[in-house]
Amino acid sequence: MTARRHATWLLVPCLMALLLLVYLPQVLMFAVSLGHRSAYGAVVYGTSPSNYWRAIDPLYAWILWRSLLLALATTVTCLVLAYPVAFWLGRIIPPRWRNALLALIVLPFWTSFLVRMYAWIVLLRSEGVVNQALAAAGLPALELLYNDAAVLVGQVYGELPFMIIPLYVSLEKLDGTLLEAAADCGAGPLRRFTQVILPQTLPGIVAGCVLVFIPSLGAYLAPDLLGGGKTAYVGNLIQSQFATARDMPFGAALSFLLSLVVVLLLLAFRRPIRAAGSL
Amino acid sequence: MKGAVSVRGVTRAYGNVVAVCDVSLDVAPGEFLTLLGPSGCGKTTLLRLIAGFERPDRGTIHVSGNDVTAVPAHKRPVNTVFQHYALFPHRTVRGNVAFGLEIEKRPPAEIARKVDEALDLVRLGGLGNRRVTELSGGQKQRVALARALVLEPDVLVLDEPLAALDPKLRKEVQIEIKNLQERLGTTFVFVTHDQDEALVMADRIAVMNHGRIEQVDGPEALYERPRTRFVADFLGVSNLLEVTPHTRDHGRVRLRTASGLEFDADDDGGYELGRAVWVGLRSERISLVDRAGNVLDGVIDDEIFLGDWTDWRVRVGPGGDVLSVGEGNVLARSRRRGEVVSVCFPPDAVMRLDDDGGERPGG
Repeated sequence: MTARRHATWLLVPCLMALLLLVYLPQVLMFAVSLGHRSAYGAVVYGTSPSNYWRAIDPLYAWILWRSLLLALATTVTCLVLAYPVAFWLGRIIPPRWRNALLALIVLPFWTSFLVRMYAWIVLLRSEGVVNQALAAAGLPALELLYNDAAVLVGQVYGELPFMIIPLYVSLEKLDGTLLEAAADCGAGPLRRFTQVILPQTLPGIVAGCVLVFIPSLGAYLAPDLLGGGKTAYVGNLIQSQFATARDMPFGAALSFLLSLVVVLLLLAFRRPIRAAGSL
Repeated sequence: MKGAVSVRGVTRAYGNVVAVCDVSLDVAPGEFLTLLGPSGCGKTTLLRLIAGFERPDRGTIHVSGNDVTAVPAHKRPVNTVFQHYALFPHRTVRGNVAFGLEIEKRPPAEIARKVDEALDLVRLGGLGNRRVTELSGGQKQRVALARALVLEPDVLVLDEPLAALDPKLRKEVQIEIKNLQERLGTTFVFVTHDQDEALVMADRIAVMNHGRIEQVDGPEALYERPRTRFVADFLGVSNLLEVTPHTRDHGRVRLRTASGLEFDADDDGGYELGRAVWVGLRSERISLVDRAGNVLDGVIDDEIFLGDWTDWRVRVGPGGDVLSVGEGNVLARSRRRGEVVSVCFPPDAVMRLDDDGGERPGG
């Protein structure tokens, strides 16, 4: 019992980091969000919720809605792309190859996300690699960059490993004899997938979706670089309030609202998340 | 033909390792056949070939008269009880038992009725709504049995289903499964490495070694007349001696070991004078009291206390061959190491073995 109580101290460093780097800044942000900007862009503290009223203006609500759609599209696309890869990694290839191939999947993290976004610009721009290839094949050039599709491509590209890894983990540990048992009971390949593999890998699916959806909601690098500032998402909106618009109180209110949306979504989906965790 | 299994010349190799080598085996409808052998002997692979989880490299497999060699597991009239049960953790007890019926798209009312019947059959009536993760090992084993039986297979195959149970429960479940099989009349193919389990449950036992079947016989025949050195050793014949027959006389044959120990055996006509052969002698057929048949002078060399009885290691003959002699502990308690004893056994206790039996288990 005492050993267990002592072990609680192991949590202290992490709790301290959370307190200093998450909760305290959130409190500060909340305080800032109740103020307003001075004529020169400084923060004047106050107790007015006016920034929040401004944030739920249809224009900003529309941007938040677009961000939700982007996050949803990113998550679904990642799931569809990642599941076959994770299945192949976790169940098809010989185990001795797995670590090397997993390393390939996380290899892009060795390069800055910013640099990798520039690489996408090189690929997608009007005179980029893709359009050069199209021209060489005698096909007309396509407008690939600076639109929502480009943003989605960048987002999916960036988040894909975060979907593959949890899916891989749940597929790799799936007990193969369960599939034999299902076959034994008459289930063909499709039924084995829907009746055993999907329910058994639900924890990985939920974990991957949460890991991809939440960062995608506040994404700003891909929209900024691949959207070319022509596409509005809440991440860019917040960034521009802190930077170009120099309206920190409004930016703080927006980011506070974004956090609130995330918390509400996690609450709304707490049942499947918990169910997945208990499997 | 429903329930018959016919394995013909089946071979299955994994790379260079031949798990099952040219095996032929017939199981009669309604028979309880046990595949017995040490780990790695190929018994589980043979079972998986019958269930359809493995395809043979060569040979054919017929179930209920139909060639199923190329038929995948989900289309065979064979169901399996897996060694570690392989219950679906995301389903309840009922959900597990209902799985196959749901796949067959039976009407819900029929599924409910059949699941109830199956759960009653394995005496799990009240536990239908439990999660399978909450069950004990014995209960899980029953769910696995119900899940397989509810589909009314022609053949049920069981892969060491009792291996994880404690010995006392195991004994109970052995009898229970045997009774269930007799009641249902379903063909059972049961894999085990435990010879006692095989002897208790099976109508016939196929003893496997190195991917081959060494002997198929009823429990009593197998116990009393093991044909090879491997089978004798695996079925607990503790005295295995290499002997040379040197004289024949009145239905007896005189045998001599390399070190000079001599004794008589019943002559079954299979002994060839001058040709070395292996014989087996069960330690429980040897007595230190009843002076009849072969009587050899010996000295107690060592004792192994086994609870109900003691296994004496007795040195006999000029070369010091050591025989294992079992004695109930009512008698054995008065003996001491170093004591001079008479080792006695009737000539019909000597079992002639084929010497092509190959290696001993574990060797």
